[in-house]
Amino acid sequence: MELQAVLMAAGGGSRMTDLTYNTPKAMLPVGNKPLMWYPLNLLERMGFEEVIVITTKEVQKMMSTDPKMKLDVKMKLDVVCIQEDGDMGTADALRHIQQKIKTDILVVSCDLITDVALHEVVDLFRAHNATLAMLMSKAHEFTETVPGQKGKKKTAEQRDFVGVDQSGKRLLFMANEADLEDGLSIRKSIMRKHPRMHIKTGLVDAHLYCLKKAVVDFLADNKQNPLKLCECFIISTPNSALPLLISSRDEPLLQLAQDRSCWNDHRGDMSEAYHGGKLRCYVHIMDEGPCYRVNTLAAYIEANRLAPKLFEEVPVHPSAVISERCQMGSDSYIGAMCQIADKTSIKRSTIGNSTTVKEKVKVANSIIMHGVTIEEGCNIQGSVICSNAVIGRGADLKYCLVGNGQQIEPEVFVGT
Amino acid sequence: TDVIIESSVGYFTEGPERKDDIVKAKQEGKELTKEEKQRLRKEKKQQKKSKEKKDDKPSRDSEKEKKPASAASPAPQTPTQPPAQKAPSAAPAPVPVPASETPSAADKPAKSKAELKAERRARQEAERASKGKKGDVGPQAAPGKPKAPPSELQPVVKRLPEHVQVDNPEVLKKLAKKLERQQTPEYNAATKIPLRSDYGYKVSLFSHLHQYSRKAPLTQQLGIPSTVIHPAIVRLGLQYSQGIVAGSNARSVALLHAFKQVIRDYTTPPNEELSRDLVNRLKPYISFLNQCRPLSASMGNAIKYIKKEISNIPSQCKEEEAKRKLLNCIDCYINEKIVLAAKAIAKYSIEKISDGDVILVYGCSSLVNHILCEAFEKNRKFRVIVVDSRPRLEGREALRRLVQKGINCTYVLISAVSYILPEVSKVFLGAHALLANGYVMSRVGTSQIALVAKAFNVPVLVCCETYKFCERVQTDSFVSNELDDPDDLIVTRTGTTQLEHWQEVPSLGLLNLVYDVTPPDFVDLVITDLGMIPCTSVPVVLRVKNVDQ
Repeated sequence: MELQAVLMAAGGGSRMTDLTYNTPKAMLPVGNKPLMWYPLNLLERMGFEEVIVITTKEVQKMMSTDPKMKLDVKMKLDVVCIQEDGDMGTADALRHIQQKIKTDILVVSCDLITDVALHEVVDLFRAHNATLAMLMSKAHEFTETVPGQKGKKKTAEQRDFVGVDQSGKRLLFMANEADLEDGLSIRKSIMRKHPRMHIKTGLVDAHLYCLKKAVVDFLADNKQNPLKLCECFIISTPNSALPLLISSRDEPLLQLAQDRSCWNDHRGDMSEAYHGGKLRCYVHIMDEGPCYRVNTLAAYIEANRLAPKLFEEVPVHPSAVISERCQMGSDSYIGAMCQIADKTSIKRSTIGNSTTVKEKVKVANSIIMHGVTIEEGCNIQGSVICSNAVIGRGADLKYCLVGNGQQIEPEVFVGT
Repeated sequence: TDVIIESSVGYFTEGPERKDDIVKAKQEGKELTKEEKQRLRKEKKQQKKSKEKKDDKPSRDSEKEKKPASAASPAPQTPTQPPAQKAPSAAPAPVPVPASETPSAADKPAKSKAELKAERRARQEAERASKGKKGDVGPQAAPGKPKAPPSELQPVVKRLPEHVQVDNPEVLKKLAKKLERQQTPEYNAATKIPLRSDYGYKVSLFSHLHQYSRKAPLTQQLGIPSTVIHPAIVRLGLQYSQGIVAGSNARSVALLHAFKQVIRDYTTPPNEELSRDLVNRLKPYISFLNQCRPLSASMGNAIKYIKKEISNIPSQCKEEEAKRKLLNCIDCYINEKIVLAAKAIAKYSIEKISDGDVILVYGCSSLVNHILCEAFEKNRKFRVIVVDSRPRLEGREALRRLVQKGINCTYVLISAVSYILPEVSKVFLGAHALLANGYVMSRVGTSQIALVAKAFNVPVLVCCETYKFCERVQTDSFVSNELDDPDDLIVTRTGTTQLEHWQEVPSLGLLNLVYDVTPPDFVDLVITDLGMIPCTSVPVVLRVKNVDQ
């Protein structure tokens, strides 16, 4: 077997607590599908047959009852539960499942929605015998107004500085602005080997990594390494890692083939291919095409807008009951077993499963999750209504975020 | 261009024959009945042969020949048939034909010379026109046509290899079916080795070869955790198609390394024998690698060796022991044929390098670089001129390796080779393969260098290990070659890329050839691990190798 897929679904969604204090991030509905369905669908389309899912017990329970997960996902899911309260990063999670890892792995985060051609990333990993290959994408502007924020102010996203070589494929360094104090410091050895470097800041890390098996073994053996996963190879690789990360079995033959080959990945200096280095990290940067990490509210709203179009979701679920005098825009998606009454207008919105919408309701640019009841005469614009909420009669909500199970009094006017 | 080539071939062979036929026309009459009988016998044989063969080309040809045979009256047929066969086929045909027909003394000049000539010409034009439609396999496929003087020679039809029949849609269909059939047995789903599609406009002279784009790798069509093909082979295929492993020796070593991993991970399925099953397991891998990049002659020989070794494993041998034996064989092969051979060749070559020499090398040959480095270590005083050519610019890598050792080097492009040759005392060339007729197949540009060196009376020495000798015979670079990605020829200078939209210009084709063949007249010596031999002794070496095995 070549690659084992690992899905990280234990994240808490720390940057959108309004949505996740009741529903775990992995099961938030996006386009009426749970968020983790999207990366699983990507893996399935690519040809994976088994996925190791690292998640919490709560998510596991929700997964087993969700109809979409049961029907659509044909792969075998090996669910590994970890503690919810533990602050487990990616590296810790990999240490936890080290026994299950038999080959190189592909780590995906549950909040990634993309249609990238995965072979681009994996080909870099294979062809250059890389230690790490990852996916990054040009950051998209979020155009929708986010409820709870005044105006279109961008949240203070901290920038990632990514350094690539001239070909744009080899990853030289990566640093997050939060970790830097005075300025960006680059090692001299890197500059000597790669005198022409491109430093990019407008990139989003898609949290999709191809890793060698030896990396997981190294992480397991070096428990005290708390650094972020990709940083620990690029910025500071202790020398003791080198023998672990190099497979010793057929090294002489590979070396012979490389010596006899007339290829070099760089030119202008006297060193051999890859500068004689054994550890290589590669990155594939997506220029176009959707690639979203749903870890903020703005991203969540954007994803709801675009994901159904990507996956050609059927606008109206067959089991929904919609009266004839309902005006439904083409950009709207109605979930299963909904009941939409007369004289309602639904534009550019997503309505979750088992939601009841009574008469004379206007819903525009909103996201309604599952099990919501909207009484007559409501007007909802640009809002996010979480599961099992009840919106009282005649309420007027603009750019609001209604939490899980909340009840809005009738005739309430909320919003700017 | 197709029609021009065919007609020129026709004119060459027709000249001397026309005179023979005129003589024959006068001499016919007596032997008419004998010739008619011979003709009928030949027709029957051709009909039988055409039913056996899968290719419909010879049947079409024999049909055409039957048509003029049946259409016209008996008298003019005998002189017209031999030229109809002779025109496309090779030289040996005319010799036996007049021999069988000159004894016939013609009493009656059945028709006038001019009428016969006109009929003959009309028939040949018709044949040529129909052959032209089939594609340019025609003129080169001399062995494809039956060359048969009546009854003496059986029609000899050789099947062309698939990789030089890319413009024949039936061959492509057969190849697709073959790839389908070559699924690995453990994977029952419908996944198969995908067929890589050609890219871009192909120059018509080379339309019978594949031309792939580097931006469309074969892995696009495979599932990501490749279960159909062993991951080591997928990695190798990618490295071939991206040019990371390039050069005959490097490719063979990498191939054998990948096969070692395959053998290590192999388990014999129940009720199967390792010797047979493993060979079948390797077949789809080899097809996959062939699609990524056409196999080189050295790789072909290595594969033959491995297949032979696997088939020779006795059936009572346990799996672990068999695997160990095979891995050992592979190591021995690499050690003997590549590493030790390089040492032996270096030893012989150093005798040929004297102090004060100016040596010219072309491109990056691992063997020639090794020789020069060894010679430098043995304190020979010489300097090197590295000749390089676009688009690969491999000479830069050779230059780096030589300069790193401390050798005094000069670097020129191939356009300057005739200016620099007066300084040169010897030319050392590497080879991709040595063909059975003594021709050297090497990187495109090598024959140019050899030609210019010959003109300047500079000795040309080719260094080649014996495992690169191959049974093929080729006299030109068109029949069998490799077409690289045409987009490699596009270059960006000062921000502008002139050829960026070359596909939109209908009359423009980009050709990126990889190999060419050098005739043995231009090569003075071939240095192999068996010693220093002249180019024409290659068949002897091949024969001795076959006897050994």
